[in-house]
Amino acid sequence: MTTTHPGHAGGDQPVDLDDPDLSRFDIVRAGAREDDIQIVHYEPQVVPGSKAERRLSRTVALFFLLTGVSATAFLAIYIWWPWEYELGYGGDKWYTPLLGVTLGISLLGIGFGVLTWGKKLLPKEVSVQDRHEGVNERDRKITGQTMLYMADELGVKRRPLLGVSLLAGLAPVGAVAAAPLVGGLISQPHKNNQMFTTGFAPTEGGQKIRLVREDGRPIRPADVSAGGQITVFPGIEHGVSNKYADSPALLIHLRDTDAQEAREANVRIGHDDFMWGNFAAYSKICTHAGCPASLYEQQTNRLLCPCHQSQFLITDNAKPIFGPASRRLPQLPIVVDDEGYFVATSDYTETVGPDFWERP
Amino acid sequence: MKRRKFEMAAVPGNVARGVDDRFQAATPLRRLLNKVFPDHWSFLLGEIALFSFIVLLLTGVFLTFFFEPAMTEVIYNGSYAPLRGTPMSAAYASSLDISFDVRGGLIMRQMHHWSALLFMAAIVVHMLRVFFTGAFRKPRETNWIIGSLLFWVGFLAGFTGYSLPDDGLSGTGLRIASGIMLSIPVIGSWVTSSIFDGEFPGTIIVSRFYIAHVLLIPGLLLALIGAHLGLVFKQKHTQWPGPGRTNDNVVGERMFPRYALKQGGFFMVVFGVIALMAGLFQINPIWLFGPYEAWVVSAASQPDWYVMFLDGSTRLMPAWEINIPIGDGYVIPPLFWPTVVLPGVLVGMSVLYPFIEARRLKDYRSHNLLQRPRDVPARSGLGAMAVTFYLVLALSGANDVIADKFNISLNAMTWGGRIGLLLLPPLAYFVTYRICLGLQQHDREVLAHGVETGIIRRLPDGRFVEVHQPLHREDGELEYVGWVVPKKMNRLGALGPAIRGFFYPIEKPAEAPVSPAPPVDSDTERSEITSGERR
Repeated sequence: MTTTHPGHAGGDQPVDLDDPDLSRFDIVRAGAREDDIQIVHYEPQVVPGSKAERRLSRTVALFFLLTGVSATAFLAIYIWWPWEYELGYGGDKWYTPLLGVTLGISLLGIGFGVLTWGKKLLPKEVSVQDRHEGVNERDRKITGQTMLYMADELGVKRRPLLGVSLLAGLAPVGAVAAAPLVGGLISQPHKNNQMFTTGFAPTEGGQKIRLVREDGRPIRPADVSAGGQITVFPGIEHGVSNKYADSPALLIHLRDTDAQEAREANVRIGHDDFMWGNFAAYSKICTHAGCPASLYEQQTNRLLCPCHQSQFLITDNAKPIFGPASRRLPQLPIVVDDEGYFVATSDYTETVGPDFWERP
Repeated sequence: MKRRKFEMAAVPGNVARGVDDRFQAATPLRRLLNKVFPDHWSFLLGEIALFSFIVLLLTGVFLTFFFEPAMTEVIYNGSYAPLRGTPMSAAYASSLDISFDVRGGLIMRQMHHWSALLFMAAIVVHMLRVFFTGAFRKPRETNWIIGSLLFWVGFLAGFTGYSLPDDGLSGTGLRIASGIMLSIPVIGSWVTSSIFDGEFPGTIIVSRFYIAHVLLIPGLLLALIGAHLGLVFKQKHTQWPGPGRTNDNVVGERMFPRYALKQGGFFMVVFGVIALMAGLFQINPIWLFGPYEAWVVSAASQPDWYVMFLDGSTRLMPAWEINIPIGDGYVIPPLFWPTVVLPGVLVGMSVLYPFIEARRLKDYRSHNLLQRPRDVPARSGLGAMAVTFYLVLALSGANDVIADKFNISLNAMTWGGRIGLLLLPPLAYFVTYRICLGLQQHDREVLAHGVETGIIRRLPDGRFVEVHQPLHREDGELEYVGWVVPKKMNRLGALGPAIRGFFYPIEKPAEAPVSPAPPVDSDTERSEITSGERR
């Protein structure tokens, strides 16, 4: 049932808008033609007053009413539902799902209502519009010449001093704009030798730093059973905090045979006194991207970093044996002090954490 | 004095006249109302991204009212009992408050996160549509570049947002990001210490990420999205080939009212789906991860999905460290390649692709008609190659979870990923190329010989042949015009369209469109097809 409107809107002539015989659609069609649009097909999808139209209107109305009901439910739930968090499985656990469902349904109601209205009730049409991608050579030339003329008028070519002085004078202004940002943000990475020291560095008086647990208590050898391991921190102020993010180490109590192997490996690279008895401590910060390499596999003596799966063999100086890490975990030399607690004899002798350009 | 009669019906006309007197809006408004848009479901993918972005802005503004971007240490004392008394940063504490102590805060947070994931997903799928159909060709290269940048700016927006709550998971992500920055040759340590103001984590990174996340990056996104839409508007949308559609016209609907209504409805649907997801599916339960502590991590710490391919590339990278023996010695760590170089190469390749293809094909004309992926096998093959490359990386980003769930050795997963990354993309190229050629050939075959009818005829000499319904009356082949070729009899109208309605027919069966097939409703025709037994 394609509507064609013969007569008034035909031809390329602009229509007389005051013509009383002109329908509103004729004007629409004439207007479209002024934008180089041909409405070639315009077809109502439902007959006005028909059963189909009434049915579709009811559907749309139903969607909108559904929105109303659901939005009201949302408000009621928002206001009256017990929402404050309680341990266990209380009604508060339903608060967010209920809000989501009611909000979702009310939005979907609007959405489907509007879509049905637009897609089913409004006439279908096919219009054809010209793209007008043709190049306007004349305008191109005029604009080009105008711009060249402006350049001529400025006369930089004739007056080279202007150009040079402009560059010389204004370039620093650009730098001025950038200076506060760069200058404010820039921070010397090697201040206080921070990239190469951790909380385990002995104090200036030569006082050795104790290894402590997460709760700050120092550790005796008897606290870790064979095959066990514990995360240790420097026993200094804020030692157990992100302030010393590079410091945490894993203190491992190796079994006799493994410890023997680890000691021999230590000797091979000149780390003769780094272990104490069967105890060895390795940095917990992965040398790849800095995650804590903390999954210790007791049977194979491997440490696995869960972020990118680098694996380090503890009995071979924590050498990387699989994955993307290329550098072994730095070892913390440890000993037991007079009171029977673990201390670090010195800081790590290698750089802790992810690798970087100037790491010696 | 006589009171002037107030006519309600004249108000809109008077207002309109008044507005037009002052702003001369009639002409531009007519152009806008009349603008013609071509329609196809695949053109809606980009809009999902646009609508998710609007939801992101709305929910994001809500969150800023309650979030405290500070790393000052506080002792948590909110409603969530398991963490009460724990020292944590103010950022994490306020994120917990949004989840537990702000009424409706959790759904807003979850809507924000889900719409961010949807935003990135829609961008990727939209980009694939544009790539495989050749919509990026001249004159639309600029918009392709803007779109590619939108992905990476969206990536930054996602990452900075993900880092703000300062929970156990996001802190680990930030730790890796600092490692990535450190790995840049020459300037790495300077960049890192400048961004973090000293050693990781420092005390200011959350504040800096906050202003980037709520002002700088959204501003950039808005500008890019504005330019993107402006260019679509100016250059007019591409269209599929089809009857009456040429390179110089746009065939579709005028923007108002039907097209605009459909857009508005679609926005509400996207919004509604996000709300449902936010209510029903938990996302990023930060209270389970605890505050960030540099020494705590658990297995299966995966980033948001759009970061996973970089996580995967990092896992697959062999431990190749480059040592430069000058002076004290310098290092390029293996982390540099998969996380800095790879994204750089990817940006460069996607930005340059339209120009590379134009150069390869020596095709410098403007194209407004889309291409079916089968018609450009080389490009479709490249696309399949890229998708495969991406999938191998993304799966490798979860290789520990896969290894765990399927009881596979983790190292085998890594090796599988390494080998797969090299072998599968070329294989995907080859397979896609062949499939495209096959589809092309089948199109040509149907055009030359007609549609398979499923009717088998026995020839006098005993052979069986299938009857084909030619697509036209004359002899000779039809020309392929770059659009769908009907391959089933009911696409020709021979079987008539299906009757619509779920429980009962809602309309009279429409008359079948003109078709060369004989009418099927006469008794004689029917009896011929049945077994022949009549009772």
